[in-house]
Amino acid sequence: MKFTLSWLKEHLDTDADLDTILETLTALGLEVEGVENPGETLGGFRIARVIEAGKHPNADKLQLLKVDAGDGDPVQVVCGAPNAREGMIGVFAAPGTYVPGIDVTLKPAKIRDVESFGMMCSERELELSDAHEGIIDLDESAADAVGEPYAAWAGLDDPVIDIAITPNRQDCMGVRGVARDLAAAGLGTLKPLAEAYAPAGTEPADGKHDVSGQRIEIAPVPGEGKGPDVRTHDPEGCPAFFGRTVTGVTNGESPPWMQKRLRAIGQKPISALVDITNFVMIDLGRPLHVYDMAKLAGPLVARRAKAGEQVLALNGKTYGLDETMTVIADDKAVHDIGGIMGGEESGVEDDTTDVLIECAYFTPERIARTGQKLALASDARIRFERGVDPAFLEDGLQVATRLVLALCGGTPSEVTRAGTPPEGTKTFDYDPAFCAKLGGVDVPAAKQREALEALGFGVEGDGPFTVAVPSWRRDVDGAPDLVEEVLRIEGFDSIPSTPLTRLPGVALPTASPDQRRERKMRRAAAARGLNEAVTWSFISKDEAAVTGDAPWSLANPISEDMKVMRTSLIPGLVAAARRNLDRGAPSVRLFEIGRRYLGDGERPTLGIVLAGTRTHRHWQGGGKPFNAYDAKAEAMALLEAAGAPVDKLQLLGDAAGHYHPGRSGRLCLGPKKVLAEFGELHPSASKALDLDGAAMAAEIFIDAIPLPRSSGGHLREAYAPPALQPVTRDFAFLIDSDAPAGELLRAVSGADKTHLIAARIFDVFDGDGVPDGKKSIAIETVFQPGDKSFTDEELKKLSDAVVKAAEKAGGELRG
Amino acid sequence: MTEDKPDIPQLKEDLCAAIDVAAGLEGLEAVRVHALGKNGVVTQLLKTLGGMSPEERQTEAPKIQGLRHDISAALDEKRAALEEAVLQERLASEVQDMSLPPPEPLMGSIHPVSQVMDELAEIFADLGFAVATGPEIEDDWHNFTALNIPESHPARAMHDTFYFPSGQQLHSGSPANGDGAPMLLRTHTSPVQIRTMTSQEPPIRIIAPGRTYRSDSDATHTPMFHQIEGLVIDRDITMGHLKWTLETFLKAFFERDDVVLRFRPSYFPFTEPSAEVDVGYSIDDKGRQVIGGADHWMEVLGSGMVNRRVIAACDLDPDTWQGFAFGTGVDRLAMLKYGMDDLRAFFDGDLRWLRHYGFSALDVPTLSAGVGA
Repeated sequence: MKFTLSWLKEHLDTDADLDTILETLTALGLEVEGVENPGETLGGFRIARVIEAGKHPNADKLQLLKVDAGDGDPVQVVCGAPNAREGMIGVFAAPGTYVPGIDVTLKPAKIRDVESFGMMCSERELELSDAHEGIIDLDESAADAVGEPYAAWAGLDDPVIDIAITPNRQDCMGVRGVARDLAAAGLGTLKPLAEAYAPAGTEPADGKHDVSGQRIEIAPVPGEGKGPDVRTHDPEGCPAFFGRTVTGVTNGESPPWMQKRLRAIGQKPISALVDITNFVMIDLGRPLHVYDMAKLAGPLVARRAKAGEQVLALNGKTYGLDETMTVIADDKAVHDIGGIMGGEESGVEDDTTDVLIECAYFTPERIARTGQKLALASDARIRFERGVDPAFLEDGLQVATRLVLALCGGTPSEVTRAGTPPEGTKTFDYDPAFCAKLGGVDVPAAKQREALEALGFGVEGDGPFTVAVPSWRRDVDGAPDLVEEVLRIEGFDSIPSTPLTRLPGVALPTASPDQRRERKMRRAAAARGLNEAVTWSFISKDEAAVTGDAPWSLANPISEDMKVMRTSLIPGLVAAARRNLDRGAPSVRLFEIGRRYLGDGERPTLGIVLAGTRTHRHWQGGGKPFNAYDAKAEAMALLEAAGAPVDKLQLLGDAAGHYHPGRSGRLCLGPKKVLAEFGELHPSASKALDLDGAAMAAEIFIDAIPLPRSSGGHLREAYAPPALQPVTRDFAFLIDSDAPAGELLRAVSGADKTHLIAARIFDVFDGDGVPDGKKSIAIETVFQPGDKSFTDEELKKLSDAVVKAAEKAGGELRG
Repeated sequence: MTEDKPDIPQLKEDLCAAIDVAAGLEGLEAVRVHALGKNGVVTQLLKTLGGMSPEERQTEAPKIQGLRHDISAALDEKRAALEEAVLQERLASEVQDMSLPPPEPLMGSIHPVSQVMDELAEIFADLGFAVATGPEIEDDWHNFTALNIPESHPARAMHDTFYFPSGQQLHSGSPANGDGAPMLLRTHTSPVQIRTMTSQEPPIRIIAPGRTYRSDSDATHTPMFHQIEGLVIDRDITMGHLKWTLETFLKAFFERDDVVLRFRPSYFPFTEPSAEVDVGYSIDDKGRQVIGGADHWMEVLGSGMVNRRVIAACDLDPDTWQGFAFGTGVDRLAMLKYGMDDLRAFFDGDLRWLRHYGFSALDVPTLSAGVGA
């Protein structure tokens, strides 16, 4: 919301300087987003007289001017404006001046071989208007000001303040509301509304007039003749529709003071009648609409739209309407998307003579829904959907009438009041002690009363107050709101910083076992040389298809590349790996801890992608590609870091389809509990993900890892290192070439529960001496004796147990 | 008996000479066998002692024993010298070029977002806050309605929400989602407030970090980003506690005592009163923003006292329980603390970036060592 300092002062009687006003606005919650003073930005432009205008020797359309800019010696300026002439007074910019309208800082230039030392400017070049048919042509009243800054002379030295209005503060979407807040904060006094809008001497003693039961501030303008036939058939969407006509008006340009204000805040003046509605909306936060009577047929009715109805709005676009929307229509057509935007057809034009002024109340929720549905933003919608003052219809209409009469003449009719605006005021009890209880600062009751009254609240009683909320503060509906009001005026700075008390008892860990496990895995992965990435949760449909069906697709994605919620971390990580390889990275190890989005919920997952070479080329070797065992190593190591019982893991079933069927595996605890998958990516998957060459991947399904059972304390099992040395025995077994060696190892490991402490495969061989269709697996076993050394007999028993276990697993002892 | 008496001094001299010239350890061993072996000359002499008369033995034994001792000593000395020579020769042959580089260590790293979340968890743990989580695919009730953002509320327009097709449901038991309002990607971490208050008895102190989503993409916005939410519910929590908590948190996070906060009235549907919080910063000589001081202000946090309607929506009595909530961007905090300037780079997975801005596995944030690395 933009306004100028002088505009603010129409409502606020204050001595405060600009900085104080800006600081106070922000402290009140009306955050200043910017302030700009054209008087300063246009400081370089000076009033100048053209003392000579001659022809340019080399160009028909250019003139050669001698300009007196108050510096003594006249300056030579080449000028292309048709209205440039000897004796005229205009606006001059010397070299070095920044010209905002053309975004150029002037330099001395040669134009068609003739030097030019500056520029005579149009309004557009100063961004004062769109006018650029000629240069600014000032009248002789500027004669005494030649050489002076133009902006100051023209009254442009008026800072434009831009504030952000939070959605609850509709009352500050008008300059007067801002002034009221500032006055309440002690920055002067709020001028009576009548002072701005009613002729002097019309104020009654208490400042209010009685109009059909309402107390209003603006002296009503008596009407002649019956008011227009306006009705509301949709009391839910448009509970009140007030209107009156003014006949015999003369439309045309609005007066300079109004145009100047509108322009200063970036509103384009259109015509007196349109400018009046815009002005009142910004000045008082009260949207209005003016119809050209000549284009209406029959009564003007607020009603629900019919499905399929259309309206060409003032923004030049046609909108399709439905029965959830409130419109204003006559017998023939829809003329207004109620409270949002008027229709083109009945809009006022320069030759309009009879107008109907609408001042209505539209229900905020309805406006919001309609606006969202039509994707139509407007200044009126923003105000109506936040809830305009329901008690200001009468005043609003009188203000509009007065402005129309003053600027366009004409004769007003009586006012027609269809429907009744909602009751705007509410009353509730408020205990001033609540300010300390909620806000943490003890503001004396008297000060609270003062603050609330200054904001327009009615305060009765001494103990708990009975507070009447003003009609323009729809947002206030409870004691916490009043605490906020008091604190806004008192200043949030007054809230003392108060330490939280330490919770009683011992400080227990705040992280859950899940969180601790995740942290361990993350740190372990980084310690193993993996780089943590964070990739998008949503990927393209094609990427998602690589890892199977994805149940969650956005209805309104930001792009097709970010449409489908991932069911695997692999596609995103592969894409990141691919980008790194494309940038020349030789070796990529990425991991991510994030969620997969499945039909029945979100699953915490750790994904790994290895691509390129395992290590850089090195004089001791290196530069070899990753293989599937690298992926397995990472998966196992991180599972171990997560506390999974890695020695109990089994390789069961096939990994998902995006893995190479012969070079992948699933790590399980029993057939139903899949803890991880790993392997080389399926060549088709790599291809689908645009990856040249192979990549290894692994996914750990974190929530499938059993959490270690809490033993209820920190004590560990008693342990003393054994005194005797372990004994090592090697075995070699033949198994079928396509049989998993891991199964054999698992069987051997389980051969003895007391003494066998380790079993490792140290050789895999299928060359000479090994029958076709077989492979030889060499296993080293380690036996730990107890109190006494093993006897030969005991060792034989252990060996036999190993051989027997291996046989059960299909292993035949090699002779 | 006119047997030849062995000439022990001569024998000693001969043997010592042989030891002296022995070539290598093998030659020396041959001399040892010749002298002290089973049939060695000295061994033979020792054996003669047995046949001697006691008197003879008394005179001969010391000579022969002395000979054995001397020869043994000479052998040991020579062996040590030879071994030393062998060692020296080996060492001379074992020279390596120690200027060659060893294998390169693997450079793993922790993403700044994870690191900052760990830092925040550490700071807030000290204040008694636990870490809470919630789903990212959320229902309308938890994301909006329970947070006092009804359907027509203008604040909904401020959230550019990603929706799923209507009819697709996930969570059951959302009081107001039975009307089939479409599921959505949570636009903030605030639904975790609701999930915590509906599942846990006060007093409550939690932070909730996590991924959040808004349909927004430009230089400073990504459609996915990270937020952290804080919630305290108890009997006598005031805005003063909110102020202290945020001051304490930001001072600890930036590890500066001169962090200055400015509280401004603002509006959020789920808090009342609401405050936006600015933090003071200055510009260093490289033109970077450095948190601390009060030269300039930037907005970093939204906060306020939890709206009574929100407390009531969670079936708690707002006359008994009150508290505060706050929320801020984790990515933003990371950028402010560690000086990244491009949010989009967070989600690209560029190894160069990850290594430059990432953290070592061992940079675990702790209060004793500092939460910054």
